[in-house]
Amino acid sequence: MNITPNEYNEMAKKASPGTKSYKTIPAAFLVGGLICTLGQLLNNVYMDAGMSKDTASTVTSITLIFAAALLTGLNLYNKIAKFAGAGTLVPITGFSNGVVSPALEFKSEGYVLGLGAKLFVIAGPVIVYGITASAVYGVILYLFKLY
Amino acid sequence: MMEYLYAFLVGGLLCAIGQVLIDYTKLTPARILVAYVVAGVILGGIGLYEPLVEFAGAGATVPLTGFGYLLSKGVKEAVAEKGLLGAMTGGLTAAAAGITAAVVFGFLVALIFKPKDKSV
Amino acid sequence: MSQRISKDTILLTNAPSILASAAVVGKKEGEGPLARHFDIIYDDTTLGEETWEKSESKMQKSAVEKALEKANLSSSEIQLLFAGDLLNQCISSSYGLRDFDIPFYGLYGACSTMTESLGLASLFADNGLLDYGVAVTSSHFCSAERQFRLPLEYGGQRPPTSQWTVTGSGAAIVGQSGKPPYVRGVTIGKIIDMGIKDINNMGAAMAPAAHNTIKTFLQDTNTRPEDYDLILTGDLGKVGSDLLIDLLKHDQIDLSGVHQDCGKLIYDLEAQDVHAGGSGCGCCASVLCSYILKRIQEGVLHNVLVIATGALMSTTSFQQGESIPGIAHLVYLSDSKGS
Repeated sequence: MNITPNEYNEMAKKASPGTKSYKTIPAAFLVGGLICTLGQLLNNVYMDAGMSKDTASTVTSITLIFAAALLTGLNLYNKIAKFAGAGTLVPITGFSNGVVSPALEFKSEGYVLGLGAKLFVIAGPVIVYGITASAVYGVILYLFKLY
Repeated sequence: MMEYLYAFLVGGLLCAIGQVLIDYTKLTPARILVAYVVAGVILGGIGLYEPLVEFAGAGATVPLTGFGYLLSKGVKEAVAEKGLLGAMTGGLTAAAAGITAAVVFGFLVALIFKPKDKSV
Repeated sequence: MSQRISKDTILLTNAPSILASAAVVGKKEGEGPLARHFDIIYDDTTLGEETWEKSESKMQKSAVEKALEKANLSSSEIQLLFAGDLLNQCISSSYGLRDFDIPFYGLYGACSTMTESLGLASLFADNGLLDYGVAVTSSHFCSAERQFRLPLEYGGQRPPTSQWTVTGSGAAIVGQSGKPPYVRGVTIGKIIDMGIKDINNMGAAMAPAAHNTIKTFLQDTNTRPEDYDLILTGDLGKVGSDLLIDLLKHDQIDLSGVHQDCGKLIYDLEAQDVHAGGSGCGCCASVLCSYILKRIQEGVLHNVLVIATGALMSTTSFQQGESIPGIAHLVYLSDSKGS
């Protein structure tokens, strides 16, 4: 064949339709924004109920995580995500969906190595890199006496 | 009312950036989540995220960058209190509620529900 | 005796026949344009089983049983099974067919397995090595998605180049019957890798393999696309089909008039939201074993080339950053025995 892999990659790029960003980006903005607005609403309700600012923020996160876990179980979260893309990925609800979906899916491989282990397939890296970054930050703070 | 608008705009914007990354880069969703959390730790560490949280409330705390910010905030407080040990305890302590909630609810939902065919 | 005419192509001079075939599919496929041609449509894609892997095994078994029933044969009369699927170690085939007590060749050619198995069964039959053999493959959206991508409940978007794994299975019984459709030739595909790495663009990864196989067969037999009523690829989808036509144009071969793709036929791409089209072993299997073979029997189609295409990567090779090699095996079907 007289076509090189590079030329073919160019051909393939041309033949492949791109994502319709004029649809996906506004959808992500809208749904992501609404989830955050809901978070703000919950936060205000909890603060009105007498919680401190930090507590209200924590309880808000827990509420959103619970709601997303439930929607995942009901097979609804992926339907919203199909429209919203990053709008349902980036908020804490996406983290929850990332925990629940593999746990549910791999239950058939057992409760320990299926559900238990696969629960962290998507969320695990987030925790690993988040915590490592925070520990590095803590050491820097300590060494340079920035606290 | 303005706080809801700010939450909507900032939260929406953070998500829109994520969508740009999905559409125009080879980054997979898992990598984007990791990048957001680490970015949150860094922005929190250099003091840029705090003002955003003041301004946008849940618009800044609900996205995963907020999770990273929470980790950095926890570490900062713990290091001030316990010294070097705080670098080890601060992050997880601050994130404990979120991680535990996700694990426990994840476990319960996985126990109760059955996987379904999303193709039908 | 089969006659090898080149490194790649073998002509089957005794023209074995496909005695009967059966296609069973899931709900989504049963809502597509080919619905009325399928033998069984399972609206419940679990098939009453606890795991998706068991559902797929059962589906493959039911395709074989249905084909046997249509051929009026019992399983004890079958001398050899050629079967494959997409799951690790081909478990859908080995678990689905283990109760049959028939000698079994498990095959892996990714989505090209239908023509791989049909080609091998036909070669055996052509050389008098079996009276009746069965070629069967399957794929299931849920088991494939679990293995190759992400959990089903995980929220995400599929890019426009992605393809939808067909829930379906097709089985063909090969033997000597003196009735069409006849298998007249096979071209065994080579592994072709043009460096595509995008796991969401399988059509582009496989099109060069289809191009190579089709070009080889036409050269070896000294024929042109116009000599065939239909040149049918397995699951290139929209993107891969366009690329195949383009690639062949570089060789002054115009396929556009006679080319179709199972991945484009099985779904209504727009209405069923499957992006670039169907894919999976079950895609070519269910379309070939229903609609296409029927049309050859009816004499509507006379000479047909079927080229199922496979992408030979695994989740490991993909995560290690390897490109995706493709393969395509060709089977030449006809309603006449030829001279």
